[in-house]
Amino acid sequence: MAKEQLMSYEDAIERFEVVIGLEVHVELNTVSKMFCGCANNFGSEPNTNVCPTCLGLPGSLPAVNRKAVESSIAIGLALDCQIASNGRFARKNYFYPDLAKNFQTSQFDEPIAFEGEISIELETGEVFMVPIERAHMEEDAGKLTHVGGATGRIQGAEYSLVDYNRAGVPLVEIVTKPIYGALDKAPELAATYVRAIRDIVKSMNVSDAKMERGNVRCDANVSLREKGAEKLGTRTETKNVNSLKSIENTVRYEIRRQAFILAAGGKIIQETRHWHEDRGHTSAGRPKSDADDYRYFPEPDLVPVQPSKEWIEEIRQTLSEKPALRRKRLQTAWGFADLEFRDVLNSDLLDEIEATVSAGASPQSARKWWTGELARLANAQQVAVQDLPITPEQVAAIQRLIDSGELTDRIARDVVAGVLAGEGEPAEVIESRGLKIVTDEGALIAAIDKALASQPDVMEKIRDGKLQAAGAVIGAVMQEMRGQADAARVRELILERAK
Amino acid sequence: MSEITPDLVRHLASLARILVTDQEVEQLAGELGVIVDSVATVTKAVSGDVVATSHPIPMANVYREDVILPSLTQLQALSSAPDSNDGRFKVNAILDED
Amino acid sequence: MTEITSSSAAVLAGLISSKQVSSVEITTAFLDRLEKLNPKTNSYLHFNRENSLAQAKKADQQLADGTAVSPLHGVPIAVKDNLTTTDAPTTAGSKILEGWVPQYDATVVRKLREASMPILGKTNLDEFAMGSSTEFSAYGPSRNPWDLSRIPGGSGGGSSSAIAGHLAPLAIGSDTGGSIRFPAAMTGSVGAKPTYGAVSRYGLIALASSLDQIGPVTNSVMDAAMLQDVIGGYDPRDSTSLPNSLGSMVQSVKEADVKGLRVGVIKQLSSDGFQPGVKACFDDTIEKLAAAGAEIIEVDCPSFEYAVAAYYLILPAEASSNLAKFDSVRFGLRVTPDGNPTIENVMAATREQGFGPEVKRRIILGTYALSSGHYDAYYGSAQKVRTLIQQDLAMAFTQADVLLTPTAPTTAFKIGEKVDDPLAMYLNDVATIPANLAGIPGISVPNGLASEDGLPSGLQILAPAMQDAQMYRVASIVEKLYMDQWGASLIARVPDLEAL
Repeated sequence: MAKEQLMSYEDAIERFEVVIGLEVHVELNTVSKMFCGCANNFGSEPNTNVCPTCLGLPGSLPAVNRKAVESSIAIGLALDCQIASNGRFARKNYFYPDLAKNFQTSQFDEPIAFEGEISIELETGEVFMVPIERAHMEEDAGKLTHVGGATGRIQGAEYSLVDYNRAGVPLVEIVTKPIYGALDKAPELAATYVRAIRDIVKSMNVSDAKMERGNVRCDANVSLREKGAEKLGTRTETKNVNSLKSIENTVRYEIRRQAFILAAGGKIIQETRHWHEDRGHTSAGRPKSDADDYRYFPEPDLVPVQPSKEWIEEIRQTLSEKPALRRKRLQTAWGFADLEFRDVLNSDLLDEIEATVSAGASPQSARKWWTGELARLANAQQVAVQDLPITPEQVAAIQRLIDSGELTDRIARDVVAGVLAGEGEPAEVIESRGLKIVTDEGALIAAIDKALASQPDVMEKIRDGKLQAAGAVIGAVMQEMRGQADAARVRELILERAK
Repeated sequence: MSEITPDLVRHLASLARILVTDQEVEQLAGELGVIVDSVATVTKAVSGDVVATSHPIPMANVYREDVILPSLTQLQALSSAPDSNDGRFKVNAILDED
Repeated sequence: MTEITSSSAAVLAGLISSKQVSSVEITTAFLDRLEKLNPKTNSYLHFNRENSLAQAKKADQQLADGTAVSPLHGVPIAVKDNLTTTDAPTTAGSKILEGWVPQYDATVVRKLREASMPILGKTNLDEFAMGSSTEFSAYGPSRNPWDLSRIPGGSGGGSSSAIAGHLAPLAIGSDTGGSIRFPAAMTGSVGAKPTYGAVSRYGLIALASSLDQIGPVTNSVMDAAMLQDVIGGYDPRDSTSLPNSLGSMVQSVKEADVKGLRVGVIKQLSSDGFQPGVKACFDDTIEKLAAAGAEIIEVDCPSFEYAVAAYYLILPAEASSNLAKFDSVRFGLRVTPDGNPTIENVMAATREQGFGPEVKRRIILGTYALSSGHYDAYYGSAQKVRTLIQQDLAMAFTQADVLLTPTAPTTAFKIGEKVDDPLAMYLNDVATIPANLAGIPGISVPNGLASEDGLPSGLQILAPAMQDAQMYRVASIVEKLYMDQWGASLIARVPDLEAL
């Protein structure tokens, strides 16, 4: 398709006011599905977590998962929402092969939670209150795989395959009210908001919150209006933007695209769009039309959800600390500089570092391991650092050996490599790889003498004050010791010999 | 006179995903027109202050506990599928929406 | 054998438990009869001798081992073909489900199995239970044993003709607007729709979820009470199922006593629009009850005027959504048009060919009732009419213990007589629909033969929600009045099918 024309971001912001709205879908981590007893489990063999209900077989009926309602109420409370005294499920009717019943059991005009807000702090420290319109319960759809055609995309596919394992997994959809006044910060605010939602549901342990698995998904609405205009502009909705970076890019792209069209006197079409991370742009899906008549009506197979005040209070008591407060507390306790702490947040390593610290490592050493060596290794293997097969306890154990002088930084990295290679606990790796530091000074001195013998001029240079000449000898000694010596101590010994 | 036009029938049939021939459209428009005129009397029966009843016996808060119950096997799940492949239900290509 | 097939289920249960006759013998007698006569009545869509006999054998074995499990132990039963069964096809009378063998048993079917009641087969119905004559079955109409040129009522005409023709001692029906009671009235059998939620709907192929209810179709009130005691009760798989037991229906039938009973006659359902012979039977019964000591009270239910209209908005609306799952993906028919069709085309072609004209009519009507801009006027107003009807009934039940109406405006009409006139067909259910809208229990019992055509007419007894026991008590009183007068049940007068 022809590349769309864009206005520069600066010009667009200069001329138009940006209004955004965000719909975030959170998959709950209940044991079973929303309306049946099938396992809510990622990665099972296709169509093995299915039953008459989630397959939509004739005659089957739904039954509501109490825990899913509880988690939904908890999310509502965490977003400072009011909890409905009479919530109801409704059917949203539309045909799609991944939707077993060809209606989605959702909520319409009586959502479980409504009228909330959340404060979002941007990098600059600027704080926005994002108004929440509602949070409602619904079920996820199955998964389609498109076969044939070049790319596995829906276009050009010969046929599609459906796996209903995900059908009926509980979702909470959190919908913001229109967000005004973010100006040039709108893209950043969108991404930061989604991250905040992700952090909240993760810290509450109501979702696994892994965006790469689709546990948290975002639809971004963007519209522009001339500065000072009353009337909202026509909006577009970009569906299923599934990483924080993509959310920021999507909003930025839509601002530039819409600005170009509006400035040229064109009209924005109200439509669903798709974000293509690889190509860095959105593309038009189908326009909103009569076909979107979802014919909502109250789900006759389910009865209303009327949570008692006592139940709501009970859930409120279990709410964990809000992520923003927790972040403030940890930064202060650990004494990290703003830049260091931002690094930790950006790489999403707060939990790991906290666990490493509570296993006995100093905050700084924990930070260095996770944002340094481990992040590098994860990057090289193209996995998330959180998914590396090493625990915070193991990292802390290795750090303890460094602190006590039994390992050098360099040997410690070998120990980490061993743990990651599945060779066992750090102590086992040290044992089996023979990685204990050489502290036997006699052996070190013998190695130094051997090295000096082959480089006789070095002693002279050192005595002349050219201390850097020791480097060559240190290198040779370390090689002789296969790296298992403390280089600083070797240096000291060489300098002593030169006296 | 009824508001059920052939175009409306076509639109409704498309929402309900039922293929209709022109002849069926004409016939349905006529039949539905008569039915709709008749059932439209409900609008005369009620006023704004009457609440709607969607469930005949008032009930609320019926939940199941969050425990796993036996699922079907993959074989059972696919046993009545018109077509399947690779453990999944097989369908024709989906209308290109992208 | 004639004796066996014309006996009530209660009598058969007694013969089995006292080991005078085995379940296998009884089941065989019914299988022999239905294999011979089903071609005349088209009551059954599927039956399988070996399968039924295997269940009967198991029941006999349990009895021999001294482990009888229910009061109806070993008594065979027919099941309407919109209830899922793992050992028999389940079609709901539709081409779109032809050959489907479900992966699970409906809760009611499971309960029948647990009660060791052999299933004789699956009975015919209007497609997806949409109709009142079985003429909308994709597998041809069932025929009324009183006159094979007439309808046996619908949608459950397979079950009612099986009972009246003695092709089963007991049958299961489902009632969304009268589909148990209307066929019972047309065939002189007993048919009960329990309170909404009294019997689990899990495994019942839904027509209109907020109206559907499963219930018994039988030869006698006692048989119906016994069957409701077996199939009723809470089911966690049906969120609308009633959590508390409604008590024993059988016990209530035994306690039947007319003294002090307040009988309400609904003004709106006792005068206009009824066939004279039907009306005469009704008036006669009211007189008999008064003579026996009941107090007769006229009650006013003004909102009943709108019941049929509300019903024909709510039902199609819910049905349009319930029937969306028939899309050719996971089960059922798939029609692939020529060329290179998308799944959307396949679905539309499948639904065009798989659904009959009445189903399509109602789906499109329901889609309209829910569509944007029309919801409030149609579906919304219809749900409000429901509230008004409940209010009318609540008021009426302060004056009367039960309400009586003729079950149907006419006796059984000729096959083909109304099939091209949807509105006329819809009016068959004018007296039965209010119970579904309000969720209250209703039963139809035989009420004599209409003088002009000699065909059965039915009496409907309505009771307040959850007072099914009261309904059975009064049904038993009415039944006894007739037994006293005639010396036998109405159904004993059915012509000999073998001679027809």
